[in-house]
Amino acid sequence: MAGNSNSGKKKSRWAAGITPYAEMGYYDADYEPKATDILCAFRLVPQAGVDPIEAAAAVAGESSTATWTVVWTDRLTPYEHYQAKCYRVDPVAGTDQYIAYIAYDIDLFEEGSIANLTSSIIGNVFGFKALKSLRLEDMRIPPHYAKTFQGPAHGIVMEREYLNKFGRPLLGATVKPKLGLSARNYGRVVYEALRGGLDFTKDDENINSQPFMRWRDRFLFCMEAVNRAAAATGEIKGHYLNVTAGTMEEMYERADFAKELGTVIVMIDLTIGYTAIQSMAKWARRNSVILHLHRAGHGTYTRQKTHGVNFRVISKWMRLAGVDHIHAGTVVGKLEGDPNAIRGYYSTLRANKIEADLSQGLYFEQDWASLPAVMPVASGGIHAGQMHQLLHLLGEDVVLQFGGGTIGHPDGIAQGATANRVAVEAIIQARNEGRDFLSEGPEILNKVARWSPELRKALDIWKDVSYDFESTDVPDAVGTVTVG
Amino acid sequence: MRITQGTFSYLPDFTEDQVKAQVRYCFENGWAFSIEHTDDPHPRNSYWDMWGLPMFELQELNEAMERIDECRKAFPQHYIKLNGYDRTKGRQTTMLSFIVQRPADEPGFYLERAEAQDRRIQYTIRSKGSSAGKSAN
Repeated sequence: MAGNSNSGKKKSRWAAGITPYAEMGYYDADYEPKATDILCAFRLVPQAGVDPIEAAAAVAGESSTATWTVVWTDRLTPYEHYQAKCYRVDPVAGTDQYIAYIAYDIDLFEEGSIANLTSSIIGNVFGFKALKSLRLEDMRIPPHYAKTFQGPAHGIVMEREYLNKFGRPLLGATVKPKLGLSARNYGRVVYEALRGGLDFTKDDENINSQPFMRWRDRFLFCMEAVNRAAAATGEIKGHYLNVTAGTMEEMYERADFAKELGTVIVMIDLTIGYTAIQSMAKWARRNSVILHLHRAGHGTYTRQKTHGVNFRVISKWMRLAGVDHIHAGTVVGKLEGDPNAIRGYYSTLRANKIEADLSQGLYFEQDWASLPAVMPVASGGIHAGQMHQLLHLLGEDVVLQFGGGTIGHPDGIAQGATANRVAVEAIIQARNEGRDFLSEGPEILNKVARWSPELRKALDIWKDVSYDFESTDVPDAVGTVTVG
Repeated sequence: MRITQGTFSYLPDFTEDQVKAQVRYCFENGWAFSIEHTDDPHPRNSYWDMWGLPMFELQELNEAMERIDECRKAFPQHYIKLNGYDRTKGRQTTMLSFIVQRPADEPGFYLERAEAQDRRIQYTIRSKGSSAGKSAN
């Protein structure tokens, strides 16, 4: 059984000891990915002296069936079926990085489980000594696998039909200050922002249940505010009640209470974990409550060029898991985000069939097979004076959230809300009329501001605000790399 | 109390030309244009009354404006809204919806509170003055 190394004879696949991963079948340049395969694109930097193909094969091996030495028990399985195959390795021009394309058979994964999908693909390989760095850039999920997930509890179309709001971005605001308000005063901010014209207000990600405000009290005061504002405007209003808690049982208790109070929407933080997110998505559909996801903590692993998991992959997992809203970047606000990359995230969340497009960092085509769309949320340092840029960059199916941009209005919160609502409606009207609303944006806003003192004040106070920093993560220049 | 439903309620009421521009936008996108009216603008009223069927083949702006005027004449004290509907796969929904007529006096709503246990309140929004709300007074 153990191979003898005769001169000139190739070492047996089953010779005990070390065999390069690339020779065990984990690298196969002739492999044609099947329509049912899950495909991954990894950006890897091998350690000095490590062959990139061997490094890529090692990633394929260690994220599927391999271990560091040959094992005879492999021969008890149809290993050639179960092992992942790296079928292509492309250098990234001008860097020490490579993009490795790896195919995984659909049989490797449990149906309808993000926990299993992620444990399988990223659960083992990132600590590999032979790699200097590793980043999962993109993942192609076949319809065969996508169909095993619930998907968004409601989706964009259902949300709009429920809220009876069509034809424009939705508007929201996070209650500020981030921490410290007591429940009754918190509710005041909610009431003012909603009656002034926003569709939603929101708990911040770190508002769960603290000594200065417990969750039950917050929920009661917020629902009073929501209903008062709905009666004052005749519109359906909502406040994202954050049900994030230390255990699943507590989360269900908070979510059930929120539902009984009649909220249209609840929110959860990414930090609760993939399994909890899937459970909450199931709850949300069962109980007809819209589910908002705050991507709390993602920046720890999505932001650096050579490390972690690209946010577009997180977006895909979250669409499968079943959230209705997800924060996805603003481009022009205070938080990180290259415009092309963000365009790629928004397509990933909203479109049904996406073509590969390396300029947007989309390495694969993606067919969602009619899985509902997720509403992207743009939040962080944006204000009414940017409305034309926001509509141009992000489109109409988005929630634009202006926390400081509402609450910081000199005349009051309701006035800040009104300024934002007037601005978005004016830009939409201009767009529909066929005007070049991007370059005429400031003129359009100034014109409607003659009629709206709230908007006039907002434009004056924030006109010099912009965040111009170089992005830490920009898609590779489209050079020698071609799409497979 | 000016209800703020619909896409453009925070702007000054549209002129005929501005309404036409939005109807033209619906035609350009291949959306079916329709007219609805009601005297019950409760936020949960999904079914305003239809003024005729959605006009799937209509491409004539002037004809659209005539239809709107007919509805205005028939129901001068109703809310009237215009809708653009997109039947393409993945949408199959309304894409634009805005109010083009309001009653001279908009009655608005009041919030009814039914107090339940442990500080809970059962909220109901009632239309003031509509035929639906009259029995509540």
